[in-house]
Amino acid sequence: MTSIRFILNGEDVALSSLDPTETLLDFLRLKRRLTGSKEGCAEGDCGACTVLVGRLVGGRLSYETVNACIRFVGSLNATHVVTVEHLAAKDGTLHPVQQAMVDCHGSQCGFCTPGFVMSLYGLWLTSENPSRAEIERALQGNLCRCTGYEPIVKAAEQVGQIRPSSLFDPLERERANIIARLEELATRETIAITGPDGRRLVVPGSVEGLAETLAAHPKATVVAGATDVGLWVTKQMRVLDPVVFINHLEDLQKITVTPDGITMGAGVSYSSALNVLRKESPAFGRLIERIGGQQVRNMGTIGGNVANGSPIGDSPPALIALSATVTLRSAKGTRTMPLEDYFIDYGKQDRQPGEFVESMFVPRPKASSHVAVYKISKRRDEDISALCGAFHLETDAAGIVTHIRIAFGGMAATPKRARSVEAALYGKPFIQATVEAARDAFDLDYKPLTDWRATAEYRQLTAKNLLTRFFLEVSGTPQELQRFAVEEA
Amino acid sequence: MDKATYETTKYIKGPMHQSLRHDSAHKHVAGSAEYIDDMPEPAGLLHGALGMADRAHSEILSIDLSAVKTYPGVVDVLTAADITGVNDVSSGGRHDEPLIATDKVEFHGQTIFAVIAETRDAARKAARLAKVEYRDLPFWTDIDGALENGAPLVTPGMTLKRGTPETELDKAKHRIKSSMRIGGQEHFYLESHIALAIPGEDDDVTVWSSTQHPSEIQHIVGHVLDIPSNAITVNTRRMGGGFGGKETQGNQFAALAALAAKKLKRAVKFRPDRDEDMGVTGKRHDFKMDFDVAFDDDGKIHAIEANFAARCGYSSDLSGPVTDRALFHADSSYFYPHVKLTSQPLKTHTVSNTAYRGFGGPQGMLGAERVIEEIAYALAKDPLEVRKANFYGEKGSGRDVTPYHQQVEDNIILRVVEELETSCDYQARRLAIIDFNKTSPVIKKGIALTPVKFGISFTMTAFNQAGALVHIYQDGSIHLNHGGTEMGQGLYTKVAQVVADCFQVDVDTVKITATTTGKVPNTSATAASSGSDLNGMAAWDAARQIKERLVAFATEKYAVPASEVEFLPNRVRVGDQIFTFGDFVKQAYFGRVQLSAAGFYKTPKIHWDRAAGRGTPFYYYAYGAACSEVSIDTLTGEYLMDRTDILHDVGKSLNPAIDIGQIEGGFVQGMGWLTTEELWWDGKGRLRTHAPSTYKIPLASDRPKIFNTRLVPWSENTEPTIGRSKAVGEPPFMLAISVLEALSMAVASVADYRICPRLDAPATPERVLMAVERLKRA
Repeated sequence: MTSIRFILNGEDVALSSLDPTETLLDFLRLKRRLTGSKEGCAEGDCGACTVLVGRLVGGRLSYETVNACIRFVGSLNATHVVTVEHLAAKDGTLHPVQQAMVDCHGSQCGFCTPGFVMSLYGLWLTSENPSRAEIERALQGNLCRCTGYEPIVKAAEQVGQIRPSSLFDPLERERANIIARLEELATRETIAITGPDGRRLVVPGSVEGLAETLAAHPKATVVAGATDVGLWVTKQMRVLDPVVFINHLEDLQKITVTPDGITMGAGVSYSSALNVLRKESPAFGRLIERIGGQQVRNMGTIGGNVANGSPIGDSPPALIALSATVTLRSAKGTRTMPLEDYFIDYGKQDRQPGEFVESMFVPRPKASSHVAVYKISKRRDEDISALCGAFHLETDAAGIVTHIRIAFGGMAATPKRARSVEAALYGKPFIQATVEAARDAFDLDYKPLTDWRATAEYRQLTAKNLLTRFFLEVSGTPQELQRFAVEEA
Repeated sequence: MDKATYETTKYIKGPMHQSLRHDSAHKHVAGSAEYIDDMPEPAGLLHGALGMADRAHSEILSIDLSAVKTYPGVVDVLTAADITGVNDVSSGGRHDEPLIATDKVEFHGQTIFAVIAETRDAARKAARLAKVEYRDLPFWTDIDGALENGAPLVTPGMTLKRGTPETELDKAKHRIKSSMRIGGQEHFYLESHIALAIPGEDDDVTVWSSTQHPSEIQHIVGHVLDIPSNAITVNTRRMGGGFGGKETQGNQFAALAALAAKKLKRAVKFRPDRDEDMGVTGKRHDFKMDFDVAFDDDGKIHAIEANFAARCGYSSDLSGPVTDRALFHADSSYFYPHVKLTSQPLKTHTVSNTAYRGFGGPQGMLGAERVIEEIAYALAKDPLEVRKANFYGEKGSGRDVTPYHQQVEDNIILRVVEELETSCDYQARRLAIIDFNKTSPVIKKGIALTPVKFGISFTMTAFNQAGALVHIYQDGSIHLNHGGTEMGQGLYTKVAQVVADCFQVDVDTVKITATTTGKVPNTSATAASSGSDLNGMAAWDAARQIKERLVAFATEKYAVPASEVEFLPNRVRVGDQIFTFGDFVKQAYFGRVQLSAAGFYKTPKIHWDRAAGRGTPFYYYAYGAACSEVSIDTLTGEYLMDRTDILHDVGKSLNPAIDIGQIEGGFVQGMGWLTTEELWWDGKGRLRTHAPSTYKIPLASDRPKIFNTRLVPWSENTEPTIGRSKAVGEPPFMLAISVLEALSMAVASVADYRICPRLDAPATPERVLMAVERLKRA
C-alpha cells in the first residue's frame, strides 16, 4: 500500500506523500485550516490540541482523546479523527457538552477551551454521570490558567446526565457509516511511503511484518504512542528516518490474565492496561492513573516506557518489584530476560538493532503478599516523578520476611532495585525496629541527583520514609494515610 | 430589524450588574474564536525564529551565521545591523534592553539574531545552527548571588517611612528579626506570544500582536524602525491569556516581525514555541524579605522595618513599579504605627522580570502575613486573632494611615473577615483540626483565614486615563471600541454592558470590536485591574455624549422638555410617542445628529510623589478574605487542598458570573504560585523548568475539594466608579495566601505550634517535608 488513509470529521483523507514526523496538529492547522485545535505546548502536556481518534477494535468503534501536537499523521491509518469543528450542528446549535461549558462560564480566554471540550466529550461518550474524581482524571491532561477549573468540572457534571443520542451527537448519528468506512480502510498489508524530502515511513501490517521491517532497517525509529518520540521532533528538532509505526498492531495489544500472572503486549496503552490492572493489581493501577494525562495514557504504552529506558520510568519500578520479565523479538526469534537486567545504564538498554519489545509478563503475587507503589511528584497528577518506589513483600506465619523486592525510579541512572535495603529486611521480622534499621541501607543503594524535580536530600529522605509508609500500611493502615494513595471517588 | 426588537420588554438583556456569559463563549467552545495564529495567512507569509544565546553572561567574540543562512528555506537572518532605528525595546525608556544583543549576552536565551524563513519549521531548525564564540563572564541568577556579588540595581529602590521605627523598635515588649523567600512565577498564558506584521506603503505597517498594551507595541515598533507612530497600526482582538505577561513582553516579537516585514516587503509572523517563550519572556519577581518587628503581648505591631530585595533580571523593564507596589502592599490590611519599608531591585543574569497579576503586591502582602504568623507563633495565638488586632481602623480612628501616608477611607476588612469567619465555621473547624492532629501521627491538617486589601490605580498617575469610541449606525446597531484589551477577563463583555445600559438596548445590539491604535490612541496597558474602571467610564462618557445629542434632537423636533425623552428598553419615549431605538436613531440621522463620539476618562483624586514617599496613589481599595484547609503527609510532604471558602469584595458587581470566574481563577493561580510552581535555573544559568513538562501549574484535581466563592453582597464602591463596581483582576490572587499559611499550620503541628515553620514559597512537597524535619529536630 502506498497511502495513509483516514477519515477527518466527515471527509476521506488519503496521503500518498507524507513527512514521517508531520504532526496531526500541524496537518489540521496548516494544511486543512482547521484552527479550532490549538498549540499550547507541543509536548502533550497542556491538552489545547486535544482531538478524538476513533478506531475499530474487534469490530467495535471506540474513540479516545489524544494530543494532536505529538501524534504523527503516519500513525492514523484506518482511524476517524474528530476535531472540535465537528461537534456543533450544521445550523450552529452547540453540542450539549459545548452548551454546558457556555452555561457554566467554563471559558475565559478560550484558548484551552476546544481541548477541554474534546476531553469532556471523550468522557461523556464513555461515562454516564461521572464522579468528580473521574472528571478530574479525564481532565488531568488539560491545563487552564484562567478559570480555576471549578466551572469546567460543573459543566462536566451538568452534561453527564444527558446521554448520547443521534438527535444531537454526530458520532452517534454517523456510527454505522464510520464503521463501514473504517473496515474498508483497515489493512494487513504494509504501508510504505516517502515524504517530500525523501524520508520514509513504514506501517507494517502485522508483527511479522514489523520484524521484517526492522531487519531491513535496524536503525529505524519505532513509534507506538509517540508520547516520547513526539518531543524528539517538536522540541529537539530531530530528523528521523525511517519511522515505523506500531500503534495499530492488535497482536501487540493483547492482555492475557492467567492464574500465573499477566502478559501485556508491548503495544498495550496505559489506558487499556488500567482497565485490567485496576482489578488485578490495584497498586500498579493507581500508579498508572497518575501517569501523564488521559490523552497520554490513551497514546502511550508500557512497552514504550520500557523500551526507551527513562531513568525515572514510572512503570519499570513497579514491574521490577513484581519480578516482571520482558520479551524481545527480532526476525531471528525471541528472547526473555528479567526486566531489571534490561536496563544497563543511563539511556542504554539491552535491545539489539532489529529487536523490539514484544511483551512483558508480570507474575501474580501471592494472595498473602503486600504490594505498594508510590509516586512522588511536585504536582500530584500529570507530572514526572521526583521518585517512584515499589515494594513487594511476603512474610510467613511468624511475620518473618520471606520475599522482598524494592525498586525505585528517579534515584539512579536507571530504574534500580534497593538490594541493600532488601538484604536488611530479608529473614527478619517485619516490625518497626527492622524497618528503622533498614532505612539507612538506602544510602548504600542510591546516590540520587539534585535537579529541578527535587534535591538529592529530599529524594533520599523520602525513599526512606516510603519504606516507613509501606510498613505503616502493611501493619494496619491509618485511615487518613489512604487518602493520599487513593483518590476519593 | 427583526420582530423581536419591536416587542415590548420590561428589561434589556445584559444591563450592568447582570450575570452575562462571556461575549466569545460560544466561539470559544466551537473553536471558532480567532487568535492571531488562526487568522487566514497573508500570501507569501514568512516565519521568524529567535537565535538564542546559550550563555548567561558572556562577551560575544564572533557569530558565524553561514550555516543558518544556507539552511533550505531561510530567506534572511536579522542582526542588530538591520535595525533602522534604535536597538532597544525597554518599556521604561531606560535603553537597557536590546532587541538583538550585539557584543554582550546577559541571560541564557537572550536573542542574538533572528531567522526569517519560508516555514516556521525551517526557521526554528536553522536558528540552532549558528556558531558563536563567547568569552564567559561571572554571573549570578538569584538574589543571594546578587547580594554576594554586590549587584547593581536595575532601577532606583524606594523608601516608605512614617513615624520613627529606628527608635521605636526597641520600645515594645517583643521583637523578631527574620526573613522570608518568595518565589517567582511563570505566567503560562495558554497562547504563547505571537506577532504578525504586514507591510504597507510608505512607512506603514500593521501589526497583529497578542498584547495587553497595543499603544506600547506601536511606540516600540516606531522606536526600533525609526518611523512615526502614525504609520503603525496595532490590532488585538483577543489574547489566550495575559496575566501581565503580555504587558511589555510582546515588544520583542512585534518589533522583529515589523522589522523583517519592512525589510523584506512580505508579511512576517513570529510565534515562539512554548520553551522559547518561557526562555525569553519575563516572569514574576522573586523576593527576599528581611524584617524587624516589635509588638506587644496582644500581638499588636508597634514598629516595623522591612527590606524587599527582588530578582529583576538583566534589565529594568517594569521592576521599578513592581517593587514599588510590593512596598505599597507590605502593610496588607494592617496599621503600622512606625514603619520603614525599602526595596532593592537587583540585577541578575536572568531574563528580565516583568508584570504579573498583582504586580509585586502579592509578594509584599505575603511578607506582611509572614510577620503576622511569626508574631502569632511567638505568642501562641491564632494568627487570625493577631490579624484582627492589627487591622486598619475606621476613618479617623488614628489607625487609618498607610506607610505611604494615604488615608484608608473605605475600610471594610473587619466586617468581611468576620462574616467569612462565621459562614465557614472557622473557629470550630480550627479546634477540630487541632484535635485531629493530636491523634494522627502521619497526616496533619491546617487551616488559615487571611485578608486581602488591594490598592486600585496605576501608581504612575498618567496611566490612569482611557478613551473609547462609540458609533451608532442608521439601523440602530452600535459599534464599540476602547483602549482595553480582552485577555479572557471579560472586559469586552462588561464594557458592552455599560453601553447597552446607557442606551437601554439589548447587549447584542453592541458590537465589540478589536482593540486598535487607529481608533483609540494613547491607551494604557490593560493592567492594574483597571480595565473596566477606566474603559467602562470612557465608554460611558462616549455613550453619554451621543445620548445627550439624541435628547436635544428629540426635544427640538417634538417640542418636549428633556424630561419627556426617556430611554426605555430597546425603545425611546418622546412625550407620548414611543419609537424603537432603531427608528429613533434613523430620525436622528436625518436630523443630522452626529451619532459618533469619543469618550474619555481620567481617575480623579490620585497623586503620588515617589521621592517623598507620600501621596494618594490609590483611588480606592478592594477587599476580600479566604479560609483554606489542607492536609499534609509528614513522610513525603505531599498535600491535599481540602476546602476553601472565599468572600470577596467587588463593590456592586458589573457582572457577577464574570467576577466569580476572576476570583476562582485568581485564587487557583495564586495557589499555584505558592505551591507547585517552581522556577529552577541550573548551574549554567539555564532555566530548566521551561515548559509544562517541568513547570507545574495547578490542574483540575489540585483545586480545593470543597470550593465556595461568594461576593460581598452589601458592598458598593464609596467612589463614583462605573456602576459603583470595583476592580477584580488582581485582588483575588492574594486570597491564596490562606493556602500557604494553612500548610504552615499543618507543619507547625509537629512541634505543637510553638515554632513558626517559616515555610517559604513555593511550598513544594519538598519544602513542606524539609520544614517538618526542621521542626521535628527543633
